[in-house]
This record gives sequence, structure tokens and C-alpha cells, in this order.
Amino acid sequence: MSKLAQWLGNGPLITDGAWGTQLQALGLPLGAMPDAWNLEQPERVESVARLYAGAGSQVVLTNTFRANGITLAEAGLGAQLAEINRAGVEISRRGAAGRALVFASIGPTGKMLMEGDFTPEQFTEAFSVQAQALAAAGADALLIETMSDIEEAKLALAAAKPTGLPVIVSFAFDTGKNKDRTMMGSTPEMVAREMEAAGADAVGANCGAGVERFVPVCQRLKDACSLPVWIKANAGLPEMKDGTVTYGTSAEYFASHYAALMEAGASFLGGCCGTSPEFIRALCAARSQA
Amino acid sequence: MPDLQKLYDAVLNGDQKTSVAITREALDAGTDPMVLITNYMVPAMDEVGRLFECEDYFVPELLLSARAMKGSLELIRPLLAARGDEPVGRVVIGTVKGDLHDIGKNLVGSMLEGGGFEVIDLGADVSAERFIEAVQTKNANIVCLSALLTVTMPSMRTTIEAMKAAGVRDKVKIMVGGAPVTSQFAEEIGADGYSDNASSAVALARRLRAEATA
Repeated sequence: MSKLAQWLGNGPLITDGAWGTQLQALGLPLGAMPDAWNLEQPERVESVARLYAGAGSQVVLTNTFRANGITLAEAGLGAQLAEINRAGVEISRRGAAGRALVFASIGPTGKMLMEGDFTPEQFTEAFSVQAQALAAAGADALLIETMSDIEEAKLALAAAKPTGLPVIVSFAFDTGKNKDRTMMGSTPEMVAREMEAAGADAVGANCGAGVERFVPVCQRLKDACSLPVWIKANAGLPEMKDGTVTYGTSAEYFASHYAALMEAGASFLGGCCGTSPEFIRALCAARSQA
Repeated sequence: MPDLQKLYDAVLNGDQKTSVAITREALDAGTDPMVLITNYMVPAMDEVGRLFECEDYFVPELLLSARAMKGSLELIRPLLAARGDEPVGRVVIGTVKGDLHDIGKNLVGSMLEGGGFEVIDLGADVSAERFIEAVQTKNANIVCLSALLTVTMPSMRTTIEAMKAAGVRDKVKIMVGGAPVTSQFAEEIGADGYSDNASSAVALARRLRAEATA
């Protein structure tokens, strides 16, 4: 039995909520690279993992979303790549303290292959070095998330698989009238089939639109392949009010979609931008009432 | 004389090789470059915009069409410049300070170039001072500010305020865009326009130019 299947043996797992917005609440300054805090403010980063594990998260992520070679180099942090990724896994491991699995986050490069500024080989190198560093630090699985481009996701997946860890690939469906396409125009069906064919261990959706939009996307991912589905929804879209950012969705509203998402076939469920430990507690409460 | 409908098709289908080849043939045959632009290329880009709006086209198609248009324009522009024709407008574009994301900004820049604008791209994490300097030295008439992060949206406001303080605000029209930006926010910070995608940004830029020159 695969590791993923073992972990899911007792039913779907509740994952964690947002990291970026949590770190901002802890004082991460405007425009600063959150991943650099793994070295500068490890206690604050650890507190995020600890709060999620305490709230009932069975999987916590790592603060390594931007820690690929291309993005870090652009921020002038290329030399610290290995350290930032290693520290990210160790911090989440300490915060989880045995209560949750640690899945390491790998985000997009932020560059478009089509623009031609970077070659596919450079993408592969950027993802490969990050994946190896995360695996060496002891991550339980790798999560490639917030992808828009199937081609980039395939490069990341191919770079992550040699680590031998389970690899989940999750896309942002944030485009189109029904918010059911990636920015590049791909549907859940296209994503599910391509990722399964490329050897992903699970496929998913994160970021994007509000939680209600995730129910049909989850169902369509599930129907189009045989892989477990990973879902991490936003707390609605960010709104700017009097100079501060607010998210429209409450924890209760978010968790009221628990049953529908389970029905639609989610195996992993958590929150993306704007969600907090309160949202995870609400999900756990919804599960115990289900 | 080539069949110019094929130029329209090439831009619409994002076929740069063909659009460049036909443009070259047409120019060699003595066709007025403005005819190529106004009768074939701009209508093709308008159709691209329509297909994008109705979700037949997505970002990849948009980029390919913009690239085909740009390829042709590279042949045409020197001819227009030689006879003293100005571009539709001169745009300074950049992602605001604190924000390193450039995909959206690049898309808007490509589409504006495809729409016949001269685009001066300042890159990402651009300070207010650099925007001001570019407006002063490049004779720009439009400034486009991009932000992907909610936390960097306030940089749009400070950039506009710095432009006011430097006395260059009224020399240009200011457009803002990016995932978290709304038309309400654009109004709040005193921008002249907002668009929620790269295709309608071109229509907005044209409208702002028309207003400014009316």
C-alpha cells in the first residue's frame, strides 16, 4: 500500500490553513519574502505550524512556497536556498510535534515558460534542487501548489518524483465565469488526466475563488482520474477596506461546505489565503458532526 | 500583392511566422503600413479580445496573438517613425514597490504593444522615483501600475501620491491592475482607470488616450 493510501486509511485528512496571511499578522513586513523568515524568525514561523496542529490539522505545510531557485534568486536569496528549505521542514516538524504530517510546499516559479525568459531546463533545475532539499530535511510528502500551467506543473512533478516521496499537484482554478479554469485555460478534467498520466500521487485545487466554487471543481477532478483529491480553498477574495485587507468568508461559512466537499470526493481538506486556525477548528467541528 | 485577409488570420491565430511574412510582402509591394494596421491587425486583435472575453481564448492564445502582432509591428514601426507618425501612445509599465510578480504586468505590456503602443517596461519592484523619472525622460502619456499582492496594493497609492508631489501626475493617465485590485480601489487612490484583464487594458488605454487628446 502506498504511503498516501495508508495515511488516508482512516478517512480524509484535515490539512492546515494559510501561511502568508498568518505570517503577516505576526509582523511580516510589506513585500518581504515570507520564506526568509525560516532563518530570521523561526519561532514565529513555528508558531503557525503549532497553532494549526493544535487546531486539529493532520497535515501541516512548510513555509517554502517561494523557495525555488528562480524566485529566491530574484529576491537576492539564491545562496540561502538549501538552508531556507531545510529550516522550513524542521520548523514545521517542531511545530507539529508528532501531531501532524509535514508536507513541504513548492510553489510556481512566477515565470511563464511561454514568455521564453527561462528554459524548461532552468525550471527543472529550480524545482529539482528545492525538492531534494525538502526531502533531505525529512518532509513526509511534497505538495506542488497554486499551479496555473500544466507544462510547469509537469516539470515540477518530474523534478520531485526522484525523491521517492508522495507528490501532490494542486492548481489554482481562478479564471472564467465559473472560476473553473486555470489562468492558462485548463479545466479540472485536463489537469486531472495530465497529472495522473505524469505520475502524480494526488491532484488538487487551491487558492482561486471562494470555497463554494471548490465543490464542483473537486467533483470534476475526482471524476476525471483515480487519484485522491487535495482541496485548499481561499476565504473568499481579498478586499481592501480603509487600507487593511479583509477576506469576506467566515470560518462557519467555510466549514458549512465540509459535507459537500466530502461528498464531492475530497481526501485532503484545508484552507488557503485568508484562512486561520479558527477555520481548521471549524472544519474539525463539522467533521465530528458529520 | 499578398492576400491581406491572411494577415488578419495570422494575428488571430497567433501565427507570427505568417504574419511577419505577409507584412514583409505587403510592404515590399508598396502597401501603406497604416492600412495593414488599421484594416487588418487591429481588427484581428479586437477579435482576439472578444474571444478572450467569451472564454474561447485564454492567456496562451492572447500571448501568441500579441506576439504575431508585435512581429509585424517591428517591420512597420521604422517606416512610420521615418515619416513622423507617432505610436498610439507611450506607456510606462511596472509592478509597484515591494512586489516581485511580473506575469500580469508582462501580459498587459505584450497586449499594449500588440495594440500599437510603445511600451517602456520598468520591471518589478519599481520605486515611485523610477516611475517619475521614466515619465519625465520618456515622454510617456500613460503609466500602468501592477500589483499581485494585497499587501503591496498600498504601494500604488504612494506611487500616485509621489507623482503628484513631483508634479508629473497630470502629464499622464494612470491605469492600475492585478488580481486584488478593484475599480473601487482604483477610484479611491485617484487612478484614471482599471481593467481586470490584459485584453480590456488595451481598450482602456485607447479610451484614455482619446480622452487626453480630445
